[in-house]
Amino acid sequence: MTKQRVVVTGLGTINPLGNNVDTTWNNLINGVSGVDYITLFDASDLPVTFAGEVKDFDPNDYMGKQNARKLDRSGQLSIYAAEEALRDAEFDINQPLGKEFGIVFGTGIGGIGATEDAVRIYDERGSNRISPLAITQLMPNSSTGQVAIKYGIQGPSLTITTACAASANAIGEAKRMIEQNIVDKVLVGGTESGTTSMTIGAFAQIKALSKQNEEPQKACKPFDKNRDGFVMAEGSTVLILESEKSANERNAKIYGFVEGYGSSTDAYHITAPSEGGIGALRAMEQAITNADINVEEIDYINAHGTSTIANDVNETLAIKSLMKDFAYKINISSTKSMTGHLLGGGGAFEAMASLLSLKDNQIPPTINLNDPDEECDLNYTANNSIEKNIEYVMSNSFGFGGHNAVLVFSKQ
Amino acid sequence: MEVNEVFEKVKGLFEEELGIESEKITMEAKLEEDLDIDSLGIVEVVMAFEDEFEIRIDEEELEEVVTVGQAVNLLHSKL
Repeated sequence: MTKQRVVVTGLGTINPLGNNVDTTWNNLINGVSGVDYITLFDASDLPVTFAGEVKDFDPNDYMGKQNARKLDRSGQLSIYAAEEALRDAEFDINQPLGKEFGIVFGTGIGGIGATEDAVRIYDERGSNRISPLAITQLMPNSSTGQVAIKYGIQGPSLTITTACAASANAIGEAKRMIEQNIVDKVLVGGTESGTTSMTIGAFAQIKALSKQNEEPQKACKPFDKNRDGFVMAEGSTVLILESEKSANERNAKIYGFVEGYGSSTDAYHITAPSEGGIGALRAMEQAITNADINVEEIDYINAHGTSTIANDVNETLAIKSLMKDFAYKINISSTKSMTGHLLGGGGAFEAMASLLSLKDNQIPPTINLNDPDEECDLNYTANNSIEKNIEYVMSNSFGFGGHNAVLVFSKQ
Repeated sequence: MEVNEVFEKVKGLFEEELGIESEKITMEAKLEEDLDIDSLGIVEVVMAFEDEFEIRIDEEELEEVVTVGQAVNLLHSKL
């Protein structure tokens, strides 16, 4: 059998910038921040009081209370994003999608909120008062299973938990499923809703989070000299991946091709990136080779760009090692400057941003970049979006654990 | 407590705790088929009953319970 090319035919999202693709893209291009003070719980005693929260989403209104309460928030967001993506790709969401459809979902910390609730009840009231829904809400594969049930997806399924690289790995592994003719359609995505008092406290303990509580919208400043950590965010993004053949047979609209995938492991430190970003570099090289292009053909890099001291310098070094002099000519940006860090949902979100860049020939900016770090001396598309013909985009995602996943998308 | 008072309390629990639409909750309604309460939901129902009525319910006692009315009668007999 010939190797299938893989296309994207549907997008759906719910995230701090919007509850659909169009609103989100408008806000990305206009440099809007989705970060603000935490409203989901009282964060006033925490060292960090802000995050990127999903807004104006009432799960009881959306799916009915009886259904909503069976899911952790990360699962509710997944069901919502999947519906938009399936409708966008013109599938009938009232019919089971069947065994020709696979599902691959990524998440960093799954139903951590449900875990915390269950522990609290166990401590206060004992084991026989723990909710019978606790396990099915907290397991990391909860969203995968719930989305599959909701839309009748009966092909192969995987849940990937490579921290902040999870949903980029999900897209890459789904690409391989289609190339190998295992299935011709895969619903792929990422989800995260891990903004809880415990996780904020725990991430703050390892000095990973920005503590710029005075101006939440300006706290996430990738590549800037005054950056001091990432900003927690929540959301889910779903893509419909399909063989080019299947998409053409359905006359589906095509956002772009999933052309290259690379993945590697630092094997260096559980949180710090390998020196010079050499682990990330290997994933980028693989993705370029897999796409069968030269580095000079890349028009835009959607960076991992977390706004931590270590990531932004090492990612910059890795891009320089990859592209040599061309590194100074290419547009790079971090959409995390606007969304915050969607953790396991980040790769899928940034894949969506990359595909919309290809489609509209626009590059979203890195906002809050006013005083660039001397060690971050590339073109990060500071503060304003630009228009430019784009044929190839590379999207980087790196996770705690030393996981690196890099994707290359093409227009044709 | 009268049977109809127990029913009203059960109805309230189903609405508040489980999010079931109130018009569906009748004495004749079947827990699984009509109210969409699955095996995990039954465990929740039992926990809610135990907390509300300050009783303990054994698994064997539930074997015969199919409808809301049968649940109400079981609870009434234990009060």
